[in-house]
Amino acid sequence: MLKIEAIIQPAKLDTVKEALIEAGIEGMTILEARGHGRQKGHTEFYRGREYTVDLIPKIKLEMVVNDDLKDKAVQAILGAARTGHIGDGKIFISRVDEAIRIRNDERGEAAV
Amino acid sequence: MRSRYKLLLLPLLLGFPAMTLAVAPALHTSPPATQAQIAALEQAVQSAQSSGDNAWMLISAALVLLMTAPGLTLFYGGLVRRKNILGTMMQSLAMMGLITVLWALVGYSLAFGHGNGFIGGFEHVFLNDVGLTPNPDYAKTIPEQTFMIYQLMFAIITPALITGAFAERVKFSSMAVFLSLWSLLVYCPMAHMVWGVGGLLNITGGQWPVLDFAGGTVVHITSGIAALVTALYLGKRIGYPQQDMPPHSMVLSFVGAGLLWFGWFGFNAGSALNAGPLATSAFVNTQFAAATGAIAWVVTEWFQNGKPTALGAISGAVAGLATITQAAGFVQPMSALLIGLIAGVVCCFMVFRVKKFFGYDDSLDAFGVHGVGGTMGALLTGLLASGSINAVFGKDGAGRPYATGAIDGNWHQVLNQAVGMGIGWSLSIVGTLTLLFLVDKTMGLRVSATEEAAGLDLSQHGEEGYDLNS
Repeated sequence: MLKIEAIIQPAKLDTVKEALIEAGIEGMTILEARGHGRQKGHTEFYRGREYTVDLIPKIKLEMVVNDDLKDKAVQAILGAARTGHIGDGKIFISRVDEAIRIRNDERGEAAV
Repeated sequence: MRSRYKLLLLPLLLGFPAMTLAVAPALHTSPPATQAQIAALEQAVQSAQSSGDNAWMLISAALVLLMTAPGLTLFYGGLVRRKNILGTMMQSLAMMGLITVLWALVGYSLAFGHGNGFIGGFEHVFLNDVGLTPNPDYAKTIPEQTFMIYQLMFAIITPALITGAFAERVKFSSMAVFLSLWSLLVYCPMAHMVWGVGGLLNITGGQWPVLDFAGGTVVHITSGIAALVTALYLGKRIGYPQQDMPPHSMVLSFVGAGLLWFGWFGFNAGSALNAGPLATSAFVNTQFAAATGAIAWVVTEWFQNGKPTALGAISGAVAGLATITQAAGFVQPMSALLIGLIAGVVCCFMVFRVKKFFGYDDSLDAFGVHGVGGTMGALLTGLLASGSINAVFGKDGAGRPYATGAIDGNWHQVLNQAVGMGIGWSLSIVGTLTLLFLVDKTMGLRVSATEEAAGLDLSQHGEEGYDLNS
């Protein structure tokens, strides 16, 4: 089992979500997040004062999938979230030790 | 086809002479109108005019109140940080409550009673003798209570404007006491001097007749200068200017500014005190100056920072409106366009550059917009007032209006305007400093550092503007 975490542009959420569902990913958790990578945010002007907004709004998607779905999921996110510009986001993948379905105590891959 | 039309015309042609014949004898036989009939007719005409004027003035009064809430509350509320929105809005609402009561008890009398050159007397305390018949000293066609309630709305918004200078850091209780006293000590005397019977700066009979149509000096100079003094006395917000304090909701500010603009028609055009052509003139000028004010500010900052901002557009509109206030019923429409243009550029410069240079924390730019706009408006009115719009100094034997502003050749009026402006500045500086000192020593003006960090909503009112969990 793998946990895939993807940080994407908020505007790309709908297309990424659809691409993931099409790729066979059945569940996901979406968090509204703020952060920055190398692009370091942007500047805003209010009455002539410049404000640097370095934590900008992002969407973080989390999903736990069985190993065989990894490539399809990654491809789906890459295909749907990429604009080619700075700030498109990142994908992190890590191993998950255990999954438990609270409703019926199912364990492991069956619970994913 | 043609002949059929001609046929239709025939009865008309025949009918006219017949009708004249029928009417003519009736005219000759009717008795001459009696004195009683003429008096009744005059009464009816007066009553019709009074109804028309009263309708407009009551609506104008409501429009001016709308400027305070929700206009100003939303405008200021959006500009502060999220944790201070209710605190900011409550400061204006407090004025709607407190000043109304004060006005009824003593404020109206101090502003519009006879008194002396500086302040009104006590003959109208508790609204004594302020009834439903007109007071010919002020407005001949509307009940005095209409005049009183209309003027109350000005008395409310003036201290409310000051709250922009001490946003996010003042105790609610001290603010309420300070601004209530300020209204009596600064606003009422200023209103009396400029508009009150026997006032020192009154346009008819004052020592220095000042042209102030809707309160450029009475409202915007007094509140704008008080704002600067307050910002200097209180000091900066904790963390200013190192820490970013951007507006939390430009959308609220935008709606608020729109309502201010809308309400300003009541403020300026209503100041004609009737629904006649002078109200139209002020209405037109108000719109014109707001438009060029918005354009000028946006263009200026576009050159400065590369982008036309929404906050720039609404700030420029308010600057144009504040500046035209004094001139609204005195100048030609083209002058109004010019006044708004100057207001947009100069106020933008004051807010962008001068504030940064001196480093005071006029949080929402009450001085930069109202103080500066009001001051410019006072002088520009002296330059551009035209007797052809408002023959305020009367007419000569040939029916030509006497020269009013410098544009008519009366340069002396610029001096009068400067005297009015100087008195407005002085009274506001002295009155504001005195009251700030008194309230600070007795009650304390600022909230504690912990309360300031928590925000006024929580620390002063025990509420939050936005509870996103409920």
